[in-house]
Order: sequence, then structure tokens, then C-alpha cells
Amino acid sequence: MLSQLDARQPGGPSGEGDTVIDVRDLRMRYGSTDVLDGVDFTVHRGEVIALLGPNGAGKTTTVEILEGFRARSAGDVTVLGVDPLNGGEDWRARIGIVLQSWRDHVRWKVRDLLDHLGRYYAPYSAPDRQRPIQVDELMDMVGLREQASRCLGQLSGGQRRRLDVAIGVVGRPELLFLDEPTAGLDPHARRDFHDLVHRLSDLEGTTVVLTTHDLDEAEKLTDRILILAGGRIVADGSADQLARNVSSQAEVRWSVGGQHFVHATDDATEFVRDLLLTERDEVRDLEVRRASLEDTYMALVHRYETGLDQDQNPSPGAATALTNLKRAR
Amino acid sequence: MNPTIYACRLGLSRGWIETKNNTRTVDEWGWYVAVALVFAVVLFFQRDSTVEGTTQSLASVVLPSILGMMVAWSGILGPSGMLTVEREDGTLLRAKATPHGMVGYVVAKLVVIALATAVMLAIILAAGLIFVTELLDTPVTGWLGLLGFAALGLLATLPWGALIGSQVSNPQASFGLSMLPIATLSAISGIFYPITALAEWLQVVAQVFPMYWLGHGIRWALLPDDAAGAEIGEAWRLWEAVGVLSAWAVVGLLLAPPVLRRMARRESGSALEERRQQAMQRYGM
Repeated sequence: MLSQLDARQPGGPSGEGDTVIDVRDLRMRYGSTDVLDGVDFTVHRGEVIALLGPNGAGKTTTVEILEGFRARSAGDVTVLGVDPLNGGEDWRARIGIVLQSWRDHVRWKVRDLLDHLGRYYAPYSAPDRQRPIQVDELMDMVGLREQASRCLGQLSGGQRRRLDVAIGVVGRPELLFLDEPTAGLDPHARRDFHDLVHRLSDLEGTTVVLTTHDLDEAEKLTDRILILAGGRIVADGSADQLARNVSSQAEVRWSVGGQHFVHATDDATEFVRDLLLTERDEVRDLEVRRASLEDTYMALVHRYETGLDQDQNPSPGAATALTNLKRAR
Repeated sequence: MNPTIYACRLGLSRGWIETKNNTRTVDEWGWYVAVALVFAVVLFFQRDSTVEGTTQSLASVVLPSILGMMVAWSGILGPSGMLTVEREDGTLLRAKATPHGMVGYVVAKLVVIALATAVMLAIILAAGLIFVTELLDTPVTGWLGLLGFAALGLLATLPWGALIGSQVSNPQASFGLSMLPIATLSAISGIFYPITALAEWLQVVAQVFPMYWLGHGIRWALLPDDAAGAEIGEAWRLWEAVGVLSAWAVVGLLLAPPVLRRMARRESGSALEERRQQAMQRYGM
């Protein structure tokens, strides 16, 4: 397994045992449409990454290929050292999957189902990774202890989501796929869920791949963000790095005598210093705003959609697009 | 322990839990009671007529035939219904995402259907024996014969029910597709009246399918020897019955696994989501 990885990327940055997902030139074609057109990325052990992108960008296809649920048209894919197409039951036991649309087992009780599904993982238990997670511990983790003897059909939407997460992690997976994990959760449940993901990645060393439309969540939860647009990875980095790549500009807002001003600048600190020196006491409502992940995302996707992606360097056009988008809002 | 055997054991306990869960629901019992009532009424009106060529009451001939028919119903409707519903709600995908989960799933379904069939037969028998008291004299070997044919009948029909369920994605269509042949066969297989009353070509058609032979086999098991007078050729044809049922079982068991595996391979989150959207449109949600 290791030798296979080494052969693939000799001398890669951390191409040793800690590469969990390795995707090279992944292509997927339905009929005459290329849904994935040469996707490359690597995920390391313990990383939490988010896959973002507009609808139809190929996120679901990518994730399903990684999960071993879909055959690809071309390219090399390795997940936990194995090609997902040949992933056997041992491989399956190391992976957890949480999908959006589970509505199964409505007549089962929470405790019965967690206990039953957990048992499938018992043969794969190891001294350093006890499988499955004890049912009581698991119910506490997701806050479902009080619903233990409820039927699944009686759970609220948020409770059902938490149960799906519990089932996804019952086998103490090394790699966890989460599809829109917090859609439909209230802010409190969302916070709890974020804590759970942090706990999994920090304490258990679980690698997490999540798809989401919630950019705030992606920023809070993940080490790295991959943006997929038009069948390619158009950005790969932390939220900060992405923002800097798209635009170094910040927006300064202030008012003088009830009149509001906006100025975009490369050096906000210098600009504000000058501003305060010249206008002195008159300046009110001062606000410096860096590009948020949302701005960055919109700019990147817009850049792709308007075809500006053709030239590789981040163009000034992106910044303009960013400003236009803001004005439009 | 061998992981497949371990998963089979998990499937057994899963089947038992699901059966318990099902018996907690009102619709499950409602269905049992409704079916038992309908057949009890049929038997009530047939209790005084005698079958031509025998000294048997029509009710005593029809009761074993109904048991045979119900085995075929369970064998076809059970798996086809479960597969389409549980493919749509994600149960199947869940099994696929679990190590050896599919083994557990299949074993559990066999347990659930076998137990449900047993409960159904017991209820019909209990209701029927009120009007067909002469069957109370059936020897133990007769009841064993009933069990044997019920088991063989399930083997002969389950794989075909699963095949129907794997090919149709929408539960209503699946119900229609399995109900149509089942209802037709129920009408021509000599269940509610001896088959010899039918046109000869219909008799030939009926004898190709498992349902006639299930009825025949269970009549053989529960009725006295001279009741054979109402059968085709005025004789019990035990080996033909076992032969035809076994042939359906063997062909079904050869065809079903690869087809089911192909169906399971196609399951994924997006397939599930797509079906969910279709279902929501169907139900106008």
C-alpha cells in the first residue's frame, strides 16, 4: 500500500503513509459532457477539507467516486491506499458516510439501530482503534441520549441529522464523508455538530471531507477548501489563502458629517492612517472589510463562468468582478 | 470468525428486530386480520358444498389451496415491495455502506418474510379451522408436509419477487407489476375451485407456475388420500410438485444474485436523492 503511493508521487511533500486521498487527473464523462475534466488533489491524514462549488460542478460525482459508489471514466484515485473500485469490506469498514437523504429504518429505535449497525464493525476493531464506538458514548456525542428508545420516524429533522452523523461515525472511521451536514440544523445544533467534527479530527485523527453550500461553515470547520467549478479544482487552500489570491484589496467605509464613503485599497492600514490624520474628528462609522470567503468564492466562480479562468494568473478582472458583485448586493 | 458467517448472524438478529418492529404497527396486524376475515367468509359459504368426485367439503379443499396461494403471495409481493421501498428510503444504500452489510440485509429479509408468512398461515389456518373441522384430524406428518411445501414455495418465489423489485424503481409500479401475474395465477390455479373445472389450455398454463403446485402439494399434505379424486388425473402428483417448485427455485436463485448485485452497484447518494425528488413529485409534496 505504501509502496504504491510512493511510486505514484516520488518525493511528494508528505507522500508517505499520511496521504488519505490522492486524486490524479480524474475525469468523468456522461455521454458527451465532461462533468470532471482533470481533477487533482491530495488529502492528508487528520485534515478537514470542504469541497465547494456551484450546483452541477461535479462535487457529488467526485465524492461518490471516492466513496466507491461510482465508476470513473479516467484518472488515478487512491483512498486509504486502495482504488475505491476495488475497495473490499475491510476498506469499507474504515470509511464513514453521511448523506443528505436518508429516510430509512423509520420503525427502528435509536439505540437498537446504533447497536445493530455498530456490530458490523466489531471484527475490524484494533487496539489503537476500538470499533465500534459504544452506543451510550455515541448517543452522548451527538446528544441523542434522551431519544434512545424513540423510533426514528418520530425524530425531528435535526435529531435525524444527528443520528445520521452518529451512524456515519459508529465504526470509528479513519475517513468520514459528510454531504451538507448541517442543512436543516438550528444554530445551536450546528455549533454542537462543529464541536463534534473538531473532536473527531483532533482526538480520533479522522480525516473529514465535507461538501457544503454554507461558506461560513466551511471557513470555521475546515483546514482547507477546494473549489470545484466546471469540472476542475479552481482553488485549493485555506480560506485566508484563497482570499489573498483573489484580491489583496480591502474595503474601507466611513462617514463624515452624515455622508458615507467607500474606498477600495491595497493597503488599508496606510489609508486609514492618512484618513484619520486628514479628517481628524470628523470621521465616523469607520469599518475595514477584507474579502470574506463568500466574496472570494463568488469572485472565483464568476471568474470561471465568464471564462477569465483561461489566463492562469489572478487577473485584475477578478477584483473588479468582486466590486461589481458587492455593488449589486 | 469468518466475516460472512458473522454478518449472517447479524442478519438473523436484524430480521428478528424488524419482525418485532413490524408487529408493533397497526397496519401490519390490520392486514393480517383483513386477509383472515376475507378467507373465513369464503370458507363459510363453501362449508356445505361437496367437491365432485370426493366426499370432501369444498371448504376443506379450498383452505389448503389458500395456504399455498398465500405462500406464493408472500414470496413475490414481500421482496418486491421491500426492495423498491427500501431502495427509495436509503436502507439498501446504508447496508451497502456498512462492511458486509448487504449479507446482513439479505439474511434479515429472508427472516422477516419467512416469519411473516408463518404468522399469516397460522392466522388463516386458525380462522379456517373453525369452518373446516375435519382438518383437525390431519396427522403430524401432514402438518410437516405443509411446512415443507411452504419452505420450498418460498424458495421458488422469493428470488423472482426480488428480481421484480430490483427492476422497478417506483413502489406503485412494482406492486402493479407483481400483483398482475399473482392475481391472474390465483384465478387459474384451482385455488377457490378445483382446477379441473377450467378449460384444458388454462390448466396447462397453470401447471407451468409454482402456485398450482403449491396448492396441490399442501392439499396432498392436509387432505385424506381419496381427496385426489378432484385433482387432474385423479391422483396426487407429489414428485411433479416438488420438481416444478425446485426448478423455479434453482433458476431464480441462479438469476437473482447477479441481478441484485448489479442493482446494488448502481446505488449511490445521488441516485437516492433523484428518486426522492421523483417520489415527492409523485405524492405531490
